[in-house]
Amino acid sequence: MNEHSDRNNGHQAAPAASDGKELNFSEEVQLLSGEMPDDDPNFTLTVQPAPAGHSAAGCATCPSHNAAHLQRLGIDMANWNYVVALAGNPNVGKSTVFNALTGLRQHTGNWPGKTVGRAEGGFEFGASRYKLVDLPGTYSLLATSLDEEVARDFILFGRPDVTIVVADATRLERNLNLVLQVLEITDRVVVCLNLMDEARRHGLVVDERRLARDLGVPVVPTEARQRKGLAELLQAVDDVATGRVVTKPHRIKSEPPALKQAVGQLTAQLERAFPTLPNARWVALRLLDGDPRIVEAVQRGELGELDAA
Amino acid sequence: MTVGFAPGLSRGHDQNDPPPGVDAILAEAQRLRWEIGGDFHQALMEAIYTDASNIADRAVTRPGERPRFDLDRSIDRLVTSRVWGFPLMLAMLTAVFWITITGANIPSQLLADLLIGKGVPLLHSIAAALNLPWWLSGLLIDGMYLATAWVVSVMLPPMAIFFPLFTLLEDFGYLPRVAFNLDNLYKKAGAHGKQSLSMMMGFGCNAAGVVATRIIDSPRERLIAIITNNFALCNGRWPTQILIASLFIGGLASAQWAGLISALSVVGIALLGVLLSFLLSFSLSRTVLKGQVSTFSLELPPYRPPRVLQTIYTSIIDRTLIVLWRAVTFALPAGAVIWLISNIHVGGVSLAEYLVNFLNPLGLLLGLNGVILVAYIVAIPANEIVIPTILMLTVLTTGVTGLGAGAGVMFETDNSADLMTLFTAGGWTLLTAVNLMLFSLIHNPCSTTIYTIFKETGSRKWTAVAALTPLAMGFIVTFFVAQIWRLVAGAL
Repeated sequence: MNEHSDRNNGHQAAPAASDGKELNFSEEVQLLSGEMPDDDPNFTLTVQPAPAGHSAAGCATCPSHNAAHLQRLGIDMANWNYVVALAGNPNVGKSTVFNALTGLRQHTGNWPGKTVGRAEGGFEFGASRYKLVDLPGTYSLLATSLDEEVARDFILFGRPDVTIVVADATRLERNLNLVLQVLEITDRVVVCLNLMDEARRHGLVVDERRLARDLGVPVVPTEARQRKGLAELLQAVDDVATGRVVTKPHRIKSEPPALKQAVGQLTAQLERAFPTLPNARWVALRLLDGDPRIVEAVQRGELGELDAA
Repeated sequence: MTVGFAPGLSRGHDQNDPPPGVDAILAEAQRLRWEIGGDFHQALMEAIYTDASNIADRAVTRPGERPRFDLDRSIDRLVTSRVWGFPLMLAMLTAVFWITITGANIPSQLLADLLIGKGVPLLHSIAAALNLPWWLSGLLIDGMYLATAWVVSVMLPPMAIFFPLFTLLEDFGYLPRVAFNLDNLYKKAGAHGKQSLSMMMGFGCNAAGVVATRIIDSPRERLIAIITNNFALCNGRWPTQILIASLFIGGLASAQWAGLISALSVVGIALLGVLLSFLLSFSLSRTVLKGQVSTFSLELPPYRPPRVLQTIYTSIIDRTLIVLWRAVTFALPAGAVIWLISNIHVGGVSLAEYLVNFLNPLGLLLGLNGVILVAYIVAIPANEIVIPTILMLTVLTTGVTGLGAGAGVMFETDNSADLMTLFTAGGWTLLTAVNLMLFSLIHNPCSTTIYTIFKETGSRKWTAVAALTPLAMGFIVTFFVAQIWRLVAGAL
């Protein structure tokens, strides 16, 4: 414990991870966070004082540089700079990503109703401390069930700085249904295209650049079980969180004309009433669907208040 | 840059002072909603799916296509097709029932010979050697042991065949496709598509089916699924269906077709149950349980070659033995009760006879008889013991001799000629048989299921609704069938 507080207070950022002392440290951190020793060289844990500024500004955007600066903080979520939500369909490796980033060992069951809560953990990357919130796996955010409501409410009312949507590359179409719904709620999305190894085995080639262009948000291919691509994922999250990358999210286009017109009309009204509301269109969609939770939020002025936040 | 986040849903706000224009916006939303019409949710889901599919098509290519993907798709195209989906479903259901009915015959007979033909005399000779009083050996052997032995010999073989077959289909990935086929019908009935999955479980055991409705998220639709689950013919009721179908309906056809005709009539009853579940769902969702139908996405998992040995092993351990154990625990006390009411005489007439005579007028009105109604009262704890109770009570009231072993003894006989003699002596007709099959499908759930419904809903009111609605429907259906039958028969 002494060691731990010592690190948080005193130590300077260790350079690269090759000397023996550094390895000792990583082992200790791993033990603290309950993680098995990790042989991936990209993921050596280093020590960094909490709000340390980065001296080499040119390197700050380079993933391979910053990869060396992931520190898994386990359940220590104090003084975070950004909140990151982790959404996705069930069984796409969300918890694997969560565990890899926080060093925790989150068990999420695959039974509807069991995973209705959310798990939280912390990590430090680059110059920022992050709080990562693992949401229940859902196919949709239209809130027909409790777990969908938990996920939806967090993305909408919790207003995470970035939402990572973990998608299964082998079942892209089904996973995109959720991605598109998240994109209706928030602009600040990074798609983590997971299970790329499985997709390869199935003979699928997924063009992540094309996908990123169509979705208008960063898309990062990963193999979370092998810890591959996580550094790039973190870099993309950091880019969106700090505003270095501005997204242009895809909006649903295929509605029937009558629907499109009604949505447009209501969106315009909402935008007049709540000028700063970022997702007026989505709120309009929910109001048209008669979603009681959203009707209530509009009635009670919760949406208006969010604007002030 | 620290962004504040307050956990929880209700943040501090002033309810008395909504932002300007809120009511107008809500009113506008309401108006537009009516303008677009009811299928908004569906239209939105479709729009999302279309976009997702377009984007995915552009992003994904599969140069080295694997044949399994194609095979999956062609199977799916077939089993979920508008034309072939339902016929295939029925064919598969019939095949499963036919294998169960014909396959269970021989082991049932063997078990009956062993447990009853050999077991009862052996136990009686032991009781005689121990000098047990007649009432004790009667209660223990002719009541409790016989009831249990009967349940085991009749239930174990069909369950040991049906459950593995069913589990293999499940393992293969067919059940989600059935749900997919039925989803549209359930939606039209105002219920949840996943209700088809809980109905599937109900074909095994209604209590399990009621628990399985947990997969349905909306409380309204879950309640509908719970109330209608009783119309999934549970395996406690097959012995009744199978025996009566093969005696009375299979008997109408020539010997080589009898098995298939019996299987088809059981399938017919099972389908009638599904139809009734639609009708009841429909009327519930239009009256006391009104509300929107929720959309859900059902993942059609890839087909996988079933793990045959593992499936057989686990389905025998997990399902067959557990269900059998339940039946046995109910058969033991029920056997005792049947023996007692048949052997306690008041004024020279046994209690069972009093009851039968009392219920006979109502039974005849319904195209049944007093014996059947008493059997259904005795069998509230478990439907499995209906047939033995009916046989025993019929012997008692008709005084047919040379069958079974005397008052209050539930017996097993596989000699259908003997059974027909007995039923004819009891005044049974084809109408009695048909109405017994109908009533077996449409009556109150067994006490275990009722208790499970109470645990799941936590409501006395809905438990009562779930228990009494099917009973009332059973009375109505059998009454009308009997009246129409007699009218037509009288006219001929």
